[in-house]
Amino acid sequence: MKYDAWLGFNGGPWTEEIQVRDFIQKNYKPYEGDDSFLEGPTNRTAELMEKLEELLKLEREKGGVLDIDTNTVSSLTNYPPGYLDPEKEIIVGLQTDAPLKRGVHPFGGLQMSRQACEAYGFQLSRKVEDEFQYRTTHNDGVFRAYTEEMLAARKCGVITGLPDAYGRGRIIGDYRRIPLYGVDFLIDEKKRDKRELGSQSMDTETIRQTEELYQQIRFLEKLKEMAALYGLDISLPARNGREAIQWLYFGYLGSIKEQNGAAMSLGRVSTFLDIYLDRDIRNGILTEKEAQELMDDFVMKLRMARHLRTPDYNQLFAGDPMWITEALAGMGEDGRTLVTKNTYRMLQTLYNLGPAPEPNLTVLWSEGLPPPFKQFAAKVSCDTAALQYQNDDVMRRDFGDDYAIACCVSAMRIGKDMQFFGARANLPKLLLMALNGGRDELTGLQAAPEGTLYEGEYLEYEKVLEQLDFYRDWLARTYANAMNIIHYMHDKYAYEKTQMALHDTQVHRFMAFGIAGLSVLADSLSAIRYAKVRPIRGIDGLIKDFDIQGEYPAFGNDDDRVDTIAREQTELFLKALKKNPAYRNAEHTLSILTITSNVVYGKKTGATPDGRKAKEPFAPGANPMHGREKNGALASLNSVAKLSYDTCKDGISNTFTIIPEALGQEGPERHRKLVRVMDGYFGQKAHHLNVNVLKRETLLDAMEKPEKYPNLTIRVSGYAVHFHRLSRQQQQEVLARTFHGAFQ
Amino acid sequence: MKGRVNSFQSLGAVDGPGIRCVVFMQGCPLRCHYCHNPETWEIGQGESWFSVEEMIQKISRFESYIREGGGVTLSGGEPLLQWEFAAELFSRLQKLGIHTALDTSGHGSLLGAEAVLKNTDLVLCDLKFSTEEQYEQYSGGSLNKVKEFLELTEKGRVPLWIRHVVVPGLNDEEEDIQAIGKIAQSYSNLEKLELLPFHKICLEKYEGLGLDFPLLHHPECSPEKIRILKKFCENNIDIPNCIR
Repeated sequence: MKYDAWLGFNGGPWTEEIQVRDFIQKNYKPYEGDDSFLEGPTNRTAELMEKLEELLKLEREKGGVLDIDTNTVSSLTNYPPGYLDPEKEIIVGLQTDAPLKRGVHPFGGLQMSRQACEAYGFQLSRKVEDEFQYRTTHNDGVFRAYTEEMLAARKCGVITGLPDAYGRGRIIGDYRRIPLYGVDFLIDEKKRDKRELGSQSMDTETIRQTEELYQQIRFLEKLKEMAALYGLDISLPARNGREAIQWLYFGYLGSIKEQNGAAMSLGRVSTFLDIYLDRDIRNGILTEKEAQELMDDFVMKLRMARHLRTPDYNQLFAGDPMWITEALAGMGEDGRTLVTKNTYRMLQTLYNLGPAPEPNLTVLWSEGLPPPFKQFAAKVSCDTAALQYQNDDVMRRDFGDDYAIACCVSAMRIGKDMQFFGARANLPKLLLMALNGGRDELTGLQAAPEGTLYEGEYLEYEKVLEQLDFYRDWLARTYANAMNIIHYMHDKYAYEKTQMALHDTQVHRFMAFGIAGLSVLADSLSAIRYAKVRPIRGIDGLIKDFDIQGEYPAFGNDDDRVDTIAREQTELFLKALKKNPAYRNAEHTLSILTITSNVVYGKKTGATPDGRKAKEPFAPGANPMHGREKNGALASLNSVAKLSYDTCKDGISNTFTIIPEALGQEGPERHRKLVRVMDGYFGQKAHHLNVNVLKRETLLDAMEKPEKYPNLTIRVSGYAVHFHRLSRQQQQEVLARTFHGAFQ
Repeated sequence: MKGRVNSFQSLGAVDGPGIRCVVFMQGCPLRCHYCHNPETWEIGQGESWFSVEEMIQKISRFESYIREGGGVTLSGGEPLLQWEFAAELFSRLQKLGIHTALDTSGHGSLLGAEAVLKNTDLVLCDLKFSTEEQYEQYSGGSLNKVKEFLELTEKGRVPLWIRHVVVPGLNDEEEDIQAIGKIAQSYSNLEKLELLPFHKICLEKYEGLGLDFPLLHHPECSPEKIRILKKFCENNIDIPNCIR
């Protein structure tokens, strides 16, 4: 073995070059047993957690932000080391010099940092303002290149959430490389890659890559300096479980110090770490209680991660999320499960530390998962409403068995894929603009090319589709071009060097587009086709409302007549996007995911032909519109399951809420039934499910008495939030959603 | 053969074992004071006519959820009122290997019931009250009729779950439970005695239909009460074939 730190591991190609998957496959121990081995929190954990709870309470009382360092631009080595309690912590490292104190990241956009400070009663310091007077931010760059058409599309809200003023995020560093190889090894590899690039002819792409490699190497050095501030040397591989967790966490910490990305996943670390913990336990230097304690402390650190965001941003993505998404479980390509004891330990943190939205724990579901694990996961869902599930059997086919989830639902091979993420196209609004000759139905703004207003007393399906086809192409072109500008500028002015240093030098790139309001669009088209829809026009000639006569099949009832429309519309949109080349030869992908922006999208959209009133929220993600599901929960799931993952490889988010009684009378029975629901749903190649098992009454009470429920966690759309962190309007929208009930 | 269906619920988890599709049939001869499905009362009402074939097609979409450990429950309304539809549906389902449960009050033609029971894997029957007088007063039906039906299920050896909705102040005393249990015990095919809490979430439905809810002023049954009575059952009512 090249390093003493590797003693006791099985060798393989991973010892010669960076191949984390190979290391895992050669060394991990699948665990098929139940949860009876798990340990509760130690006194030390409980004391630390108590301290953290106090800080969290203070943070809540201060309106959501405890403190901001307005003087320092956040980066790896710009703050002295920070601690929650230096005597008690066994995993160390904070983003700034104090817990929950936020840093500023002006590289994405100075304006955003400025506004965010002001929103919480702070002011960005003169020093930072001066430093950035002669710097171009990502935000500056994008707005230099935006066309008038893009600005109009953005303004009227047919495209919303473009990452043009903040860090794009969605990149997952392979943080496991640090404990496995040590930073020096990683630097040597990058230096070799840079030398090799130097022998090629210097075209734009090669020059860009060479400069990127220079930055990656420089930031790997900085990562070592950052660790040294805490008295630790990460140049060599980790020698035990504690070091493995610490080294890995430093990688993540460096990344969030450097970047304020919209979503910054952790990856898929639990089973990797199990190999180290298991080795220590076998060597008699670690007990189960201590292993759990390490994981608890690690998760506590993750729960302290914070980014500084503006209220505008919070409207789109409510609840102060970081999307520290950790993918758990799943199956290996050889048929062995990737569940280990440490998968259980990660879930156990929800009991030991109490429920919380972060890290965003994501169970990769497979038919082949060990039954005791399925049962345990279902129990955790019923007890905490903090888990989401994704279909490993579907994703493994495309991404192998070492992928993780970016943000909410997007699969990527760890260290091998990256993505250019951004925004969503508002499809119901597109339909309205198509009927209104390219004008915004709310303001009259001519945002899209001028066309004819829809004529005729009733809407005719074929005619409407024709108009939609034309404007869809326009929207796809505008959207794709805007994304190209954004990601060019992000690479140029706010490149994620720490995270990209933890990727292979040659990566595969996705360009991840999104759509919002799919169920509203499908139901609208269904109404036009199967009922009679009469447009009601205002004096300006624009269609303001619709009169719907008769009934129509609505999405969410397992009715092919409308479910096919939903499926078709997603396919058509992806096809339209693909007509436009993507920056750096990225592969076009599509998601049906809204986070909490379904409220904002609704606000920007007039009345729709499905009967939805102007400005009312859309359903989140790919969910059917609430109140239209007449055949119960499984019919609703079946409709969503018909959407094709092949078309929507960036993910299809479905949020499912059921009251406990609807799953049966008692605990284990409920868990078994929830397992059956998920087996049945995912067996149909469905992609994603957020599971909430809770009562409406609980949420109503929490709205009135938030202090009673500081930890009430619910799954919203691809992530979880503390209920009290949602705005009143968002809380109301959550309450309006379908709670599948008990029918007796 | 066509049946009048009030509604279809794809996820029923409280009407029989496992995950079940529940078909609520239209029409009921009883008027139980605590009924939570008043919309299913009127005989001959309801827009949805389903042929057995159409219903099978609908159910087949949920096969992956219900095949293992779950099944289909026919409820209502009183499914025995449309026993021809019920008999044919169950016969088809059993051939397909799908578990069938009949959720009934036991009111219907005995001949019809016999036909349905041939292809029934489980009967769920609410005994409601332990005396003829109370039964008539609070549901408008007859306990003796129910007993006749239950004898049929025993004869046909169809597993039986007796259910009892616990209404505070009406039938929630230990003596009530003891009496219900005694009747239930007398059937050798009894597998389970289920206690269900009375609740009033159906109030909106009554208002919507312009009906008075007879138990408007009765308190809901608390989970604690159910827990206590369950304990009582375990200690005092012996069910030889009990499944848990």
